Amino acid sequence: MADQQLVKVTIDNISIEVPAGTTILNAARKIGGEVAPPAMCYYSKLQGSGGKCRTCLVEVSKGSEKDPRPMPKLVASCRTTVMDGMEVKNITSPKVLDMRAGVVEFLLINHPLDCPVCDQAGECHLQDLSYEHGKEGTRYEFQRRIFKKHDIGPYIQLHMTRCILCYRCVFTADQLTQKREHGVLDRGDHSEIATFIEKSLDNDFIGNVIDVCPVGALTDRTFRFKNRVWFLKPMDAHRDCPSCSGKVTLWNRGDEVYRVTARKDEWGEVEDGPDGKPAWICNTCRFDKKKTSDWVIEGPRMINRHSVISANHYQGKVGMIKPTEIFEAVHEGRKPKLLMDIHKVSEVNKPNVELSKIEGPAHAKDFRGAK
Amino acid sequence: MDALTNRAQAVGRKPLSLWERLYLPAIFKGMAITFSHIFRKQPTIRYPEQKRPFSPVFRGLHVLNRDEEGRERCTACGLCAVACPAEAITMEAAERLPEEKGLYREEKYAAKYEINMLRCIFCGLCEEACPKDAIYLSETFAPSNFNRQGFIYGKDDLLIPNPKTDPEGYEKAKGRKEPTTAG
Repeated sequence: MADQQLVKVTIDNISIEVPAGTTILNAARKIGGEVAPPAMCYYSKLQGSGGKCRTCLVEVSKGSEKDPRPMPKLVASCRTTVMDGMEVKNITSPKVLDMRAGVVEFLLINHPLDCPVCDQAGECHLQDLSYEHGKEGTRYEFQRRIFKKHDIGPYIQLHMTRCILCYRCVFTADQLTQKREHGVLDRGDHSEIATFIEKSLDNDFIGNVIDVCPVGALTDRTFRFKNRVWFLKPMDAHRDCPSCSGKVTLWNRGDEVYRVTARKDEWGEVEDGPDGKPAWICNTCRFDKKKTSDWVIEGPRMINRHSVISANHYQGKVGMIKPTEIFEAVHEGRKPKLLMDIHKVSEVNKPNVELSKIEGPAHAKDFRGAK
Repeated sequence: MDALTNRAQAVGRKPLSLWERLYLPAIFKGMAITFSHIFRKQPTIRYPEQKRPFSPVFRGLHVLNRDEEGRERCTACGLCAVACPAEAITMEAAERLPEEKGLYREEKYAAKYEINMLRCIFCGLCEEACPKDAIYLSETFAPSNFNRQGFIYGKDDLLIPNPKTDPEGYEKAKGRKEPTTAG
């Protein structure tokens, strides 16, 4: 681009120079940390996303060098481009913080608080958002909206009650798959993500809607209820895939691959591959390759230590190396007299029950033969 | 060498006095103290016929709770397991089928739920973490056992009796908060 002129913008008293045409949100993300406004609908890797959820609203206290008047209302930082000399207030503005608490309250009005059941819990952006910016209680006393359940196939589980209508999945289907088969039907309070005629979503690359969904509305059905994310071991792995980059994060328990997702960066978005394009992964990688032998494991995934996912204690080399039994070595070759094999007593994690091999969620019958 | 402190005392090598050498007075004095205890109030409690009152904050063996309709409350969310400092709790979740609606409260439930009482330190963090009021620490201890195998508590051992089919057992397992002994 010829007009790569840099403009200076000050966000929360931190100045940065960015190319003209950058949005305030992206400029703030360049600074990083808490200065970056949260975003529920904007996804930098999807064209046209943003402008819907209002969580990224910021205060512009000085429009630009030429026109220093402040903007009269809070603006959506994902859709507003920077001007030279612009001054933006995000967390330093009490107006913004108050507004954000209000937006969170509105987003949660119809959100069922079923985090204990939801598979997204632990990596849910709405959970993070409400913890960081929301208020403790709810003032809503009415029946939350409910929907007729739609079955959208064996791979993806739709929970419409959890949806916040960010449209990310619609953009994903438009931009990544051959044909979009789902969309937002109806209007206002009744709008819902669905296929118009009961249809299963099985276009290749449609699995990426699971990764872009900021809440638990679209979750992996092959992983449904198998385990909580914070008990799994996230590892970077790759395979030679003809249709996608093949660079994924495996979520293991022991040697079993419970779930495969794309690699996500600090903003919860799919990471760029070596070619500079987002490393979306295909359905084969995501849903069918559930064996450790299918993958070349690179190493443990680095997880932010403030995330609950780091509660699994698998950081660093732990989890990559199998612990060795040292009893005999330290007792000069003597074998233990009394040894309790936990698998003989315990009913959990039976070696003959492989949850990762079950398609879809486990049911009572899957555990019946376990004893 | 100087002493480190000035508290050292020299051992007295004084010969015993006549009173001390008589020996029996000291014996009788000691026996008087011993036998005086017969007439005191006994602190012994005849367990198990008689039980000590529990403190209202006593944390004993876990129970998995049911709701009024007898459905299991636990949804296997894993918060007790992640809160557990001793890593005693493990579980496996399953999806509720339409015909199992009377058994489980939510669409996800704990197909297997296990507490390793050898590891448990009875800190009660699981009770605090539970978002569904599903796990409680009751006013009973884990019974003793000669084998370690007996301390792996599964769902059969932990679940409270169904209030619909066994209301007496349910009331008993719920426990009382007033003292369990009379006086």
